[in-house]
Amino acid sequence: MRSFAYRTAEDISQAVTTHGADDHVAYVAGGTTLLDLVKLDVMRPSQLVDINRLPLSEVETLDDGRLRIGATVTNTDLAHHPEVKARYPLLSQALLSGASTQLRNMATTAGNVMQRTRCPYYRDASAACNRREPGSGCDAMHGINRMHAVLGVSDACIATHPSDMCVAMAAIGATLTLEGPEGVREMAFNDFHRLPGEQPEKEHELRPGELITHVTLDTPVEGAGAHYLKLRDRASYEFALASAGAVVAVEDGMIREARLALGGVATKPWRAHEAEQALHDQPASIETFEMAAEAALQDAVPHEHNAFKIPLARQAIVRALREACKDAENANPQR
Amino acid sequence: MMESSETSAQAGETVTVSLTVNGEPRQLQVTPNVVLLDALRDDLRLTGTKKGCDHGQCGACTVHVDGKAVNSCLRLAVMCEGRHVTTVEGLARDGQLHPVQRAFLEHDAYQCGYCTPGQMMSAAALLEDERIAADDASVREAMSGNLCRCGAYKNILEAIQDARRDVTAGTGEGA
Repeated sequence: MRSFAYRTAEDISQAVTTHGADDHVAYVAGGTTLLDLVKLDVMRPSQLVDINRLPLSEVETLDDGRLRIGATVTNTDLAHHPEVKARYPLLSQALLSGASTQLRNMATTAGNVMQRTRCPYYRDASAACNRREPGSGCDAMHGINRMHAVLGVSDACIATHPSDMCVAMAAIGATLTLEGPEGVREMAFNDFHRLPGEQPEKEHELRPGELITHVTLDTPVEGAGAHYLKLRDRASYEFALASAGAVVAVEDGMIREARLALGGVATKPWRAHEAEQALHDQPASIETFEMAAEAALQDAVPHEHNAFKIPLARQAIVRALREACKDAENANPQR
Repeated sequence: MMESSETSAQAGETVTVSLTVNGEPRQLQVTPNVVLLDALRDDLRLTGTKKGCDHGQCGACTVHVDGKAVNSCLRLAVMCEGRHVTTVEGLARDGQLHPVQRAFLEHDAYQCGYCTPGQMMSAAALLEDERIAADDASVREAMSGNLCRCGAYKNILEAIQDARRDVTAGTGEGA
């Protein structure tokens, strides 16, 4: 592995100061993405700032009912946290469907938000990739693109965002707390990741030196059921071909509120707003779910090998909505 | 865990990392870019932990850090200051095999054996983790980060479920 300097930080301000808003410095927590990509020569930091000693390992319920998650809470601990299991089952399911036991034990909340694409051309330093090397082209466009995105794509990049956790957060709604040289600010989770557009190398809205310190989940939709469905080439330890995270509240057979986000098919964690509009105030029926699925994929753009993802994602949406409605019924039998 | 002092190293500079390995205090002399896997094998000569893919995809390098199974190929040695590391060499205690080791032997839960140390470290951790259910499907899911190219999965599962009886009976050492 290439050489780099290393420093621990004891508190947030020291971490930010040590980072120095230098493009060649990277924060490290779990290291599961970072060290993998350093070994591949895709990421080339000159220095790492270890944030594991920062007081960011707590999960706490705020007075307004929202759940505040520290940056270094591991995926395992978050998935099994009693508040997450009880109030945000979608997040727990999504986390446990991702990676392996060992990786979940290491990977952190903020690190997962910052997870890089698994596009094989991005991970191959000898391939053309606009995301890794701006202006170099995109070998995925006419290459083997079975795993690639159909939503949010551009002429420059069709790389899929790989995270399951982020799909759940996109559906639930969340706020990121960012701390950097210019102070602390907050950002809606769904504004954080960028579409590739003409600048796929700009993956997110972080300013130089900024650190994600917390992810705060919106209060759960009252009386809602939830389901995360992940479809993939093997039953475990595999990235999604298509996934759907649904949160649905039903009253008298009608959908009062629905949240839907998709994974495995888009260039960022994909909140399906059109589908949500198609669900709102409609009967909780398969016909409604199918219309929502149609709406979610209406702008999909396939490439040579990944057109199958469009019907696959539609099916994932229908099934996730159906299961979420069942879950809501079980939670609220009187409705 | 947090008692240790600040660590700062330039690229290529060797620093001392103090940690506990298999119950004994040890020191590593490493540059920042050395992963725990290589430090265990090359510096401490604990070669039971295997290097497979070196990218967190195969699980051959699984060890316990503070009781949790992790991929030692993706953990920097400098990040292990003050930590408690257990490798496959630390599973047996007082001349007695860990229940998982005994069960792997009895159930022939390997063929070439290369993935076996990692398999056993994951198995030992999951048997101590109350959050992982005891049914076969949950065990297979919890073990999915350990690949076996020989395909000994069936016997590995049987061995783990057999070892569970010893561990829950309180005869296990807990690793």
